[in-house]
Order: sequence, then C-alpha cells, then structure tokens
Amino acid sequence: MQTFILRRLLIGAVIIVFLSIAVFFVLHIVPGNPAQQRCGLSCKPEQIKAIEHDLGLDKPLWPVSFNGSSPFIHFGDSQYGDWVKSLFTGDLGVSTYYHQPVSTALKQRLPVTFELMVLTMIFTIVVGVPFGIISAVWRNSPVDYVVRTTAILGLSVPNFWIATLVLIVPLALWNYSPPIGRTISFTSDPIGNLKQFGPPAAVLALASAAGIMRLARSSLLEVLRQDYMRTARAKGLRERAVVLSHGLKNSLIPVVTVLGLQMAGLLGGAIIIEVIFTLHGLGEYAFQELLYKDFQVVQTITVYVGAVVILLNLLVDVSYAWFDPRIRYS
Amino acid sequence: MAKDIAVATPSLGAEAEPQGRGRWSEFGRKWWILIRRNPLGFFGLVTIIVLGVVALAGPPTKIFGLPVFGPGFAPYGLNEFTAGQPNEAMSWAHPFGTDRIGRDILSRDIYGAQISLSVAFISVLGGSAIGTAFGIISGYVGGLLDSAIQRAVDTAIAFPGLLLLLIIVQVLGPSFWTVVFAIMLGIIPGVTRVIRGAALSEKNNQYVEAARSIGASTPRILFRHILPNVLALAIVIMTTLLGAAILAEASLSFLGLGIPEPAASWGRDVSQARNSFPINIPAAFFPGAAIALTVFGFNMLGDAIRDIADPRLRGSQS
Repeated sequence: MQTFILRRLLIGAVIIVFLSIAVFFVLHIVPGNPAQQRCGLSCKPEQIKAIEHDLGLDKPLWPVSFNGSSPFIHFGDSQYGDWVKSLFTGDLGVSTYYHQPVSTALKQRLPVTFELMVLTMIFTIVVGVPFGIISAVWRNSPVDYVVRTTAILGLSVPNFWIATLVLIVPLALWNYSPPIGRTISFTSDPIGNLKQFGPPAAVLALASAAGIMRLARSSLLEVLRQDYMRTARAKGLRERAVVLSHGLKNSLIPVVTVLGLQMAGLLGGAIIIEVIFTLHGLGEYAFQELLYKDFQVVQTITVYVGAVVILLNLLVDVSYAWFDPRIRYS
Repeated sequence: MAKDIAVATPSLGAEAEPQGRGRWSEFGRKWWILIRRNPLGFFGLVTIIVLGVVALAGPPTKIFGLPVFGPGFAPYGLNEFTAGQPNEAMSWAHPFGTDRIGRDILSRDIYGAQISLSVAFISVLGGSAIGTAFGIISGYVGGLLDSAIQRAVDTAIAFPGLLLLLIIVQVLGPSFWTVVFAIMLGIIPGVTRVIRGAALSEKNNQYVEAARSIGASTPRILFRHILPNVLALAIVIMTTLLGAAILAEASLSFLGLGIPEPAASWGRDVSQARNSFPINIPAAFFPGAAIALTVFGFNMLGDAIRDIADPRLRGSQS
C-alpha cells in the first residue's frame, strides 16, 4: 500500500509538471504584451521596457536553450522558471485587473469555493442516496420510473439555465433575490450565509445528485442479488434491516469513490455557477482573469486546481481499498 | 446496428412466425419489440429526429462557409429585430414571445438548433475518431508510446473540465471552429482511455495472433482487425458524448466565449435574457428548455443504445 501511494504521488508530480508545461505553452501562444496592457495605451517604449524588466518578461520563455547543438539549462533565468518558483514561494505577483496581490485574492476566495463544494456535496448525498435506495428497492415500479427519468432530466438540464431561472423567477414574482456581491461569512451571519450559498450549491448539486442516484441504484441492485442477502432474509430479518444494514453498507463503496471524483469535476462546474451568482470564489476569479487575459493568474490557478484534482483521485483510490478489504494494491 | 438488434432479441425472433409473412413484418416486429423495451430511448430518438428536421428543413443557406440547410420552420429571421416589440409576451404571433430587442424567440431557438447540433456532431465525430485512433494505438503498440499517450491523457484529465475549454477558446479567439476544436480536445482523452482498455483485451485474442503470424503489418492489424472490434463501443461512447458536447457549447456561449454573433446560440440567448428589463422569463426559459430537451433526448437514446449494444456497460456510467 505504501509503495502504491508513493508511486502514485510520484506519477502525480510528473503529471503536474506536464500540466504546468502544457498550460504555460498554451497561454503563451497568444500575441499580446502584458506589460503594454498594464501600462495602458499612452505608454512610452521605455516605460514598457521597464515594466517588462520588473515582471521578468525580458527573459526567455523556456529554461532550456541550445548552444549550437548542446542544450543547456538556465532555470532561474526564464519566465517558466520564475513562474514555477513563484508557485512554491506563494509570491504570485499582482493581478492587473483587481490591483491586488494574487496570493491575497486566492486566500480570500478559497473559503468561498470550499464552502460551495461542501454544501454541494451535502445536497448531493442527501438527495442522491435516498432516492437511489428507493429506486432500487421498488425497481421497475412507477416510482422507479419517475425517479430515474427525473435523474436523467437532472443530468440533461444545463445548470446555468436553472441558475438563471432561480435568480430571475423569484425576482419577477416576489421581488426576491439572494444576497449578491459581498461574501457573507458563516460565522458572522449563518442564515445570511446560507441564503447566499444555498441556491448555487443546490443548482450545482443537481447533476451530481442525479449521477449519485443512478449509481446508488445500480450498485444496490448489484448487492441485492448477492448470496448473503438471501442468507439475511432466510434467517428472518425484516426487509428493512436487510436492505438498510446489509445491502446499503456494501453498496455505498462505489458511491463514496464516485463522490470523490465528482468533487474534482465540480471544481470546473463551480466557474459558471460562481459567475452567475457573483460568488467571489476561485472559479469566478479564474474566469475574470481569463477574460482580461491576465494569463499568469489563470496558469497558477490551473496548476493548483490540477494538483488538488490529482490528490483527490489518489485519495479516492486509497479509500477504495480501505472501504473494500478485498481490494489490494501492490 | 442491425447485427446488434438481432443479437438483442434472439428468443423473440421470427422463427416461430408462420411462413410467408414477409421480411418487412419481421423487421417491423423486431423494431416494435425494441421500442417496447426501450420506450424512453425511442422517445429520445424521436426528439432528436424532430429537432434535426426542424433545424435542417428549408431552403439551403451557407453558414461559416459550410453548405447547410436553413431552418424553414422559423417564422421570422434570426436577427430580425422588427419581428415584434421588445419583450412581448407569448402570443399566437410569437409563441415564445420576443426578446429584449424584439427578436422572435421561437425563430431564434430553431436557428439555434442548427448551431447546437452541428457543433455537437462535428466535435463528437472528430474527437471520437481521434480518441479511438489514439486508444487502439496506445493499447496495441504498448511500451513507451503507450506511456506517453497515457501521461498526456492524465494531464488533460487533471485540467478542471470547463476551464480547459475556456482557455482554448479565449486563446484562439471565439469562433465556430475554435469552439468545435476545444470540445473535440475535451472529448479525446476520455475516449482514448476507454478504447485503450478495449484494445488491450482484444490484443490477446487469437485472431490478432493469427493475423500477425501470417505477416500482417501493424497498421493493418490496428485498422482492419482491432478497429472493427472496438467500433461498437466507440459508437456507444459517441452517443453518450453528444449530450455532453451540446451542454459544453451552451456553457461556453453562456459565458460569452462560445459561438459569436450573428449566429444563434441557445446558451448565449439564456445569458442575454438576464439583461432584459423588465424581467423576461420566456426569453430565458425557452432557449434553456431547448438545450435541456436536446440533451435529454441524446441521453435517453445513448442509454438505450448502450443497453442494446453492450450489456456489460449497463449502469456503469452515471
């Protein structure tokens, strides 16, 4: 197990390096000079030169050059090297758009996205698992059909559409809108905080809850066919105990792991929801910086989020072995 | 597909039928059984066909240099802002109302179907084809090439989904083809991974060994022997991806990094409806409902095709 984790961490590190190279490459295809953008239109060439020097933009892009045919590495004297160093030191520069150090912005925005994720997960579990059980226990009944069709519908509706309707319909009918703009912290005003985070989390949870419901259903159906379920019934347990204590526990293994994977996917889905509900989280930040072509910030967020996704995937695999002792990694 | 259908209903075939009923009644009977078993899948198929007809019917027009058929069902023009007054309510003249600058919403939804469906089909076809090629090469050839392709797939999957598409479109500049390209790139890694797994298991079959022993070249084995055997799986994946591709295009357009004006896009129409004053609920509702219906149709159809073509995959995807 330890060697498995170690090997996976190593592969993860390699992937992060690839990811950083890929995103750095893609975001440097675009023509355009950040120094020019920072300086404004009426800017003298010397001023641009000075800003370029301050930002390190006069250095070569990549840390590898060729002297004749033999390559040599100059990590500290390249834009890529500077950026990678900044990822570790946390000295991420200043955002052109928000006029604020990037590290400060990330610290402010991380809790927002984190709370959105946690609430979304809670909604996903509370809605997805019980309906999955209902659908499996009464399989092929009208209830099952309704739940399953609703689930496919949940996977089909675009979340930005539901989010838009959630915002404008109450506004049109009752002149109500959830608190928008300033982030309300949970500690100072729990109810206001939930009013702000509840609707976006519910919308974001729609698709993941539908996915979890379908998975819980098929997984429980699989377990209900097992011999030990027949044994449990044969020894006279009530159906309720059979399903809930014998069946459910065993069927939840894949559900837990997929929840972990969904968490990774939700980080991408958070962008659109945060933009619509103007939650000042990481997704909204990445999107605004991308629109403003402040690519350095986008790069940084991509690599950080990529690292989180990879760690989550590793955790999922480890938890799989932990929940199901039959699985062994070597 | 015909083979799969025959396999799916072996016990209900026509051998018990009296002689002389003709091939057509046998054919119809099989279809009828399939439809009865997958009512939702049939509903999906009908939805997609209706949408396709609505989107493609009418006199031919050209969009982005591509010859396509114009939406003859649209009562008004795409950007005809003299169609009605701004923010008109639903009426016989404008069944879905008009948007904030007086364009007919129904007409825009019909034009939007064309864009949505063409983006989805082109990107899914292209992405699945490339992903399938990478997958069988990766699975069959193995070694360093396999590792390289798989690490590339890992890297792509580590990107937070929508952000990858947004970055690509923003870097290349929003247009029809950059959106198609971005969605294609998003599709390739997943397809590559699944097809690689299938190719790995095909590789150990005797027919591959036989082909190799009579001296077939690697490309020949890849494309004449392994490809046909993973094709059913690839088609199943493709149907399930179509809905996702439509959602991706709509999300990009909603965020303003999708298909640019003057083309119609359901996602952008939902986004623009947020700016209406007074609040115009139909303007936000109908384009979104069109997306939901289309994706729902594709998901239903995909589920049914998956169940029919490959029982092993049943319930495996969420």
